Amino acid sequence: MTAGGPRLGVVGWLRWLWRSLTSMRTALVLLLLLALAAVPGSLVPQAGRQPTEAAAFRVRHAWLSPILDKLGFFDVFSSPWFAAVYLLLFISLGGCIVPRCVQYARAMRTRAPLVPRNLSRLPHHESWHSAAGPEEGMSAAASVLRRRHFRVSFEPGTNGPIAAEKGYLREAGNLVFHAALFGLLVALAVGSLFSTTGQKLVLEGDGFTNTVTQYDDFNPGTLASGDDLEPFGFRLLGFSATYQRSGPQRGTANSYVARLRFTKGTDAPARNVRVEVNHPLNVGGTKVFLLGHGYAPVVTVRDGKGKVAWSGPVPFLPQDSNLRSVGVIKAPDAVDAQGKPDQLGFSGLFLPTVRLTRKGWLSSFPAPDKPTMVLTAYHGDLGLGSGVPQNVYQLDSKNMTQFKDSDGSPFARALRPGDRMKLPGGAGSLSFDGIKQWASFQIAYNPSNSTALGSALAMGLGLMASLFVRRRRVWLRAVPMPGGGSRIEAAGLDRTGSERMAEELATIAAELRDKIPTTELNAKDSTFRKPHQEQW
Amino acid sequence: MNPISLANQSLAELSNWAMYSAIAVYLLAFLAACAEWTFGTRGAIARVSEKDSKTAAAIRLEEPAEAAERHSRTGNAAARETSGGGTTVLTPPASAPPKRPEKPGAPTDGPGAAGDIPKADLVGRIAVSLTALAFLLHLTSVVVRGLAVGRPPWGNMYEFSTAFALMATGAYLGLLAARKPVRWLGVPVLFSVLVTLGLAVSVLYVNDAQLVPALHSYWLWIHVSAAIISGGIFHTAAVVTVLFLARERWEAAIASGRSGGRLATVWQRLPSAQTLDKLSYRLTALVFPLWTFAVIAGAVWAEAAWGRYWGWDPKETWAFITWVAYAAYLHARATAGWKGRRAAVIGLVAFAAFVFNYYGVNIFITGLHSYAGV
Ligand code: HEM
Repeated sequence: MTAGGPRLGVVGWLRWLWRSLTSMRTALVLLLLLALAAVPGSLVPQAGRQPTEAAAFRVRHAWLSPILDKLGFFDVFSSPWFAAVYLLLFISLGGCIVPRCVQYARAMRTRAPLVPRNLSRLPHHESWHSAAGPEEGMSAAASVLRRRHFRVSFEPGTNGPIAAEKGYLREAGNLVFHAALFGLLVALAVGSLFSTTGQKLVLEGDGFTNTVTQYDDFNPGTLASGDDLEPFGFRLLGFSATYQRSGPQRGTANSYVARLRFTKGTDAPARNVRVEVNHPLNVGGTKVFLLGHGYAPVVTVRDGKGKVAWSGPVPFLPQDSNLRSVGVIKAPDAVDAQGKPDQLGFSGLFLPTVRLTRKGWLSSFPAPDKPTMVLTAYHGDLGLGSGVPQNVYQLDSKNMTQFKDSDGSPFARALRPGDRMKLPGGAGSLSFDGIKQWASFQIAYNPSNSTALGSALAMGLGLMASLFVRRRRVWLRAVPMPGGGSRIEAAGLDRTGSERMAEELATIAAELRDKIPTTELNAKDSTFRKPHQEQW
Repeated sequence: MNPISLANQSLAELSNWAMYSAIAVYLLAFLAACAEWTFGTRGAIARVSEKDSKTAAAIRLEEPAEAAERHSRTGNAAARETSGGGTTVLTPPASAPPKRPEKPGAPTDGPGAAGDIPKADLVGRIAVSLTALAFLLHLTSVVVRGLAVGRPPWGNMYEFSTAFALMATGAYLGLLAARKPVRWLGVPVLFSVLVTLGLAVSVLYVNDAQLVPALHSYWLWIHVSAAIISGGIFHTAAVVTVLFLARERWEAAIASGRSGGRLATVWQRLPSAQTLDKLSYRLTALVFPLWTFAVIAGAVWAEAAWGRYWGWDPKETWAFITWVAYAAYLHARATAGWKGRRAAVIGLVAFAAFVFNYYGVNIFITGLHSYAGV
């Protein structure tokens, strides 16, 4: 054995560790750490939420990114160190509130605490003479306090003392608040394990059924397979947007409405429904949100032999609030004038209300008032056969050649609906047949929504009780006087330090003096001080 | 242009006109509030020489011996008075100062900016009246802006800033209306209101009133107005916290016999550090549930608009940071060794996070919430 202080032993160490972990100081430090740990999550684009921004950030900060990657800064909210902070905090919280709940339950069952010997030492006190005897005075006092919802401990038929307490809801609220934090944690965990979200772009007239393969992009939770998605489907009958046509808000959307022909399950009758921004369609907990919208020019591409190589609507993606949109058209089956395979690709802009400025082709209004498509064209290899999955909205022009005009400049044409452009050298043509709209939807299922909302409400209510309810104690004692009657002493203590205790004590005393007469001789003393105005 | 847009344009101009007038009156109110402090200085100095004490502080620090003497005197008086009648008045006599420091010898509240000088007091009252007038003009501007754009007037940073400044003044006037003696808050509150409005009209002003469709929701009223009201009151609490830190330093300097520094006459007229600390705590505790509600309402809205209630969008992340920091402040107030200075610093950090969420996140970080309009 070493000399010196007492050895703690394993149990001792564990106890020390536990006590430190569940101390208020540790909780405070962990709370500050939690706030600090969230900061990088807002400064560095998160790979899960903003993949394109994260990729761009990686390119821009090439030397820093590997370090940030190692630290998990691209995925802060599922990084081990972030989890470590909040898990420690919740262990601390559990270790803190369980004993407090036990203590609270015990306090509710036991008598109110001891009465201080000298009531006049307390910050708020009153005393006066009563004509009634001590027992009578005290039982009257007990009933006054009970009527004011104090918990009173008092032996009837004695001189007191009375100990009364009120405001237990403060501690209860605090416990409910902290317990509800666990509810939130559970909700977040359930959400990240079992929720599913996915996006789908649907053209007017096209349909969607809720199965994984139909999504453009599907993100299941860690334990969600996507096999048991809510069975439903819909067809987009039409999408309409209305815009402010004049005034300072010209161009602002007034409404977006997607009209769907909706079928639940496999054999339920179809019905028409509307989905709007902020008004999702709720199908048994799975919600369909209107996420975005845009235009899809309808085109027909003919190749060098005059054969239709591609035909149909092509969704273009909006770039600004006036829906200047970019898109590509691919015709992989095209052949050249000699009949040899030579794929065609087009890329360009769609402008619902075209305006040509020095800065280029712009759109000046989101509605299709002067729809125009501006395209350039390529031929060669679209790269579709390479096996690398390709973005349908991008043209890989690596192995393609841009068509040239007769003067050698890049070939480009602006088309109105009904127009047709011929490619140089008889390579084919493209006609702009019309315009359709598309709407994109987010389809989300999260089984934890109600747990989260319930916990949040409990948290709010608990917090209000914890911060607004005053916990206070009142004590009374009656001292028999030699000449008959008694002297009544009352004192109050507000554990929240509020100055309103003075007022409350005065009211209680006044009520009591209404019930049991004061002696004449102290009538002048029974005028009570007005409670002081709280001074800040 | 059609008549409706003309009407909207002229409403927008009326709103701007009211805003410029409000700024002008705020400026006058600010100058008057500064004048109150200046005129009140003489009163503070006069009291020092009258009491002939070495340090400026001594007059506000009840010396323990004197305090003890006073206690025994009042005690005797009470006993004498009551010895005949057999009644003891346990309450302090009415002549006692309204609120005693909790420990004898602890610093008491200062007299306020005017320092008992009638002229300074008059100027202080004028400052409050001007502030109230500026508030009404400011309120008019915000309401008319709402009418001009046909939606809640907090859809971009210009509108958010003006609404936030309105709430900051509102919180100050609200405290005065509740008869709290806080006129000394005028100078710092008006200063930050003027800075906020100055930035709003010069840098952040946007004429067009585009609102992304995701904001077409009654949650815009609920969530954003809760956040703005919280902001106004958090702002007041932060101002009080800064003053607490200053006054506490001064009290510490005085207690250790040093001079109070160049601004001693200002710190000395403030309420005691303890009073300031309590006030900032009360204000924070008052709005923390509202801020909690604002965050929850935001989550409910996000669920209704985007299909997830929490996605760690930068705006959500900073709301979380702000919330956790304020929770840490409330905790610190109940943790041994963290009360006072340290808790105050945490409170200021929390307010900084709140402000960053509205300016920093909108300007520097892109996310779903980018309605900044800058
Ligand atoms: C998840 C993290 C936590 C959060 C967000 C949180 C938040 C809060 C808030 C906002 C308050 C103020 C309400 C009031 O004063 O009644 C509070 C009070 C309190 N918390 Fe926590 N808390 C957390 C964890 C903990 C832990 C781990 C402990 C125990 C070590 C703890 C113990 C307390 C106590 C004792 C009070 C009452 C303080 C008082 O008397 O004013 N909390 N908490």
